[in-house]
Amino acid sequence: MATEILMPALSPTMTEGKLSKWLKKVGDDVKSGDVIAEIETDKATMEVEAVDEGKILSILVEEGTEGVPVNAVIATLGVEGETAKAAPAAAPKVEAPIAAPKAAAPAPAVKAEHHEIAEPSWGETKPTTVREALRAGMSLEMRADPDVFLMGEEVAQYQGAYKISQGMLDEFGPRRVIDTPITEHGFTGMAVGAAMNGLKPIVEFMTFNFAMQAIDQIINSAAKTLYMSGGQMGCPIVFRGPNGAASRVGAQHSQCFASWYAHCPGLKVVAPWSAADAKGLMRAAIRDPNPVIFLENEILYGQTFDCPVSDDFILPIGKAKIERVGSDVTIVAFSIMVDVALKAAEILAGQGISAEVINLRTIRPLDVATIVESVKKTNRVVSVEEGWPFAGIGSEICMTVTEHCFDWLDAPPVRVAGLDVPMPYAANLEKLALPQPNWVVDAVKKII
Amino acid sequence: MAVTQDKSTKRTRKPEPAMGKDELLDAYSTMLLIRRFEEKAGQLYGMGLIAGFCHLYIGQEAVVVGMKHATSDGDEVITSYRDHGHMLACGMDPKGVMAELTGRSGGYSHGKGGSMHMFSREKNFFGGHGIVGAQVSLGTGLGFSNWYRGNDRVSLTYFGDGAANQGQVYESFNLANLMKLPVIFIIENNRYSMGTSVERATASRDLSLNGSPWGMASLSVDGMDVMAVKAAGEIAVAHCRAGHGPFLLEMKTYRYRGHSMSDPAKYRTREEVQRMRAEHDCLDAAKKMLEDQGVSEADLKKLDDDIKARVQEAADFAQTSPEPDEAEIWTDVLVEGV
Ligand SMILES: Cc1ncc(C[n+]2csc(CCOP(=O)(O)OP(=O)(O)O)c2C)c(N)n1
Ligand SMILES: [Mg+2]
Repeated sequence: MATEILMPALSPTMTEGKLSKWLKKVGDDVKSGDVIAEIETDKATMEVEAVDEGKILSILVEEGTEGVPVNAVIATLGVEGETAKAAPAAAPKVEAPIAAPKAAAPAPAVKAEHHEIAEPSWGETKPTTVREALRAGMSLEMRADPDVFLMGEEVAQYQGAYKISQGMLDEFGPRRVIDTPITEHGFTGMAVGAAMNGLKPIVEFMTFNFAMQAIDQIINSAAKTLYMSGGQMGCPIVFRGPNGAASRVGAQHSQCFASWYAHCPGLKVVAPWSAADAKGLMRAAIRDPNPVIFLENEILYGQTFDCPVSDDFILPIGKAKIERVGSDVTIVAFSIMVDVALKAAEILAGQGISAEVINLRTIRPLDVATIVESVKKTNRVVSVEEGWPFAGIGSEICMTVTEHCFDWLDAPPVRVAGLDVPMPYAANLEKLALPQPNWVVDAVKKII
Repeated sequence: MAVTQDKSTKRTRKPEPAMGKDELLDAYSTMLLIRRFEEKAGQLYGMGLIAGFCHLYIGQEAVVVGMKHATSDGDEVITSYRDHGHMLACGMDPKGVMAELTGRSGGYSHGKGGSMHMFSREKNFFGGHGIVGAQVSLGTGLGFSNWYRGNDRVSLTYFGDGAANQGQVYESFNLANLMKLPVIFIIENNRYSMGTSVERATASRDLSLNGSPWGMASLSVDGMDVMAVKAAGEIAVAHCRAGHGPFLLEMKTYRYRGHSMSDPAKYRTREEVQRMRAEHDCLDAAKKMLEDQGVSEADLKKLDDDIKARVQEAADFAQTSPEPDEAEIWTDVLVEGV
């Protein structure tokens, strides 16, 4: 019996990949452990090793084929004399693996008709991934200012655990793109000290979960020094990395830290959604003379949005953006939850309810004016976040609205948040733990 | 049998063979179980049945198995996310481990923990921890509890060469030496932390000496040789049980597979990996010793077949065990009813 060689899943977020190269051909013998092909995933080019032994009987997917789904048969293996099954005409369609992450499809670029509240125009745009936008934002600032440098685990030679800093070692050299040991508390303190002395570090945490090892230096050293020194000594530093849930990585690797950092005076907290947010806010964060917590999202890294190409493009910290104009309810969200809010708004539109969607972009300082103005118009508000509900960002938004425009409210504010539990690993439970568009739809309908 | 050097006294010793034939056969079969289990886990990951991070132990089997043979049942074990081998060596059921990898109700954490987070009170396995270095302080606490209770158990606290750069490791070294806690700190030096080689990550040129400022006794061990591991483990265990405080073992080992399933592997050459596999494999070495001692090819083949069947049974269980009940998402956040 011929054994089928299947397209393997090689990363937590991979649902398809490019079969870039065959290293074996029909008739070759393979042993378990031999490299048979190279595959490009969303993160890297990887080698595929044979699991079984035998002779390659047929190759069913040509090299160079893009978008080969995980689990598709790519070749068959058997013993001498066996004949290969006829190759199917096209790459066979297989069902998505049960673990398929939900964010595989790129988010639709935000439709232009929703941009009623015009931002200053930055001219020409081009489709850009969030990953490229982050890199562009950092690189532009590093070219402009020799005091800016990037430091973190695997940022240099490995090209970044999530490939954000790909190519930056080549451009800026090892003095400015620095690999650190796994020693978060130590290198964070070192970066804060360098910032106190006037340098402008960008500290990458492989994920924000690991910044907890360093949170004392972030809060007690970075956030409070300006105050304690009577304004003599500040801390111009950016702490950045993926925040929130990725896919199936369990409780210790899936949590949102927005409300943790937003609680603390002396910090600014930024959470971009689109590529333009990422590029524009990254530049502002690096130029800001204060410590800025820059919360990215792993699932967004590979998503494509239209992004201004201008070398002058920058966005202000502290300004939210209305992504979709509406009149019946205001939905406030940040980071990947903007996507969830926009999907909910689309569903609501189909039911005759017009929702306005605010992308916060910055969590602290909060753009109270934009939120309040919107709520005065719609008279209802729903907040959406993937973090836990208790003392979350939603609590702050609900209270802000209550303080500033209570008399305009036609219904109590409502918050949508991740379930109040550590993140479970099991596929079915993980799906239940994070806000979905229908949760937002239900929340809106409760108050309309 | 490798020669190990006792750094604390700078003596060179050549221990007696640490295992007789039957014991070696037992150790070999546990190492083989881990190897086959991990190969199967890699396959199930490729099929999308296991998701998220999944760190395989292939290449390092002699470390946990040798240590298991140097310790007794009540001793505690704690490690990082690269934990499947430790659990199997502790005698945990491959079915329950594999079902946790697939996120099913039959898993050790009912599917809620995943590859990196599994525990067994029954087998004294204290996890499965995802934050690099954090388990080192926890393992020190396991040793503290033994000291507090005055029993003669030891805590086996495993961590990587990369983790050896975390500050809390040295805070723990100080505490354990100060209080003379029965902790065996085991650095599994597989030469890389993700894509960073030891040389690029630490200024220490000999990790076995990393406890020397506190006067910690230590040994550097050939971690690809199950007998050498057991022999060194026995020295460490005797030291701890006699109340002399902690002991540091640096196991020189190697991982054949990527750091996790998504690893572009650009930081080392294929030749390096092939050479380690061909010349230093712990299974090959043990198998050769067994053959020399008269164990027949047929017996070894039968052992392999039995283990393959056990692993297949675990894989089948891991696919047929149902997903956890949806209500389980709310359970075990706090101890209820108090
Ligand atoms: C505090 C912390 N920082 C970073 C990570 C990401 N990370 C996971 S494993 C790893 C490498 C660890 O290497 P090592 O300690 O040598 O163990 P090995 O993987 O080789 O077993 C890194 C950087 C993490 N999980 N926790
Ligand atoms: Mg290592």
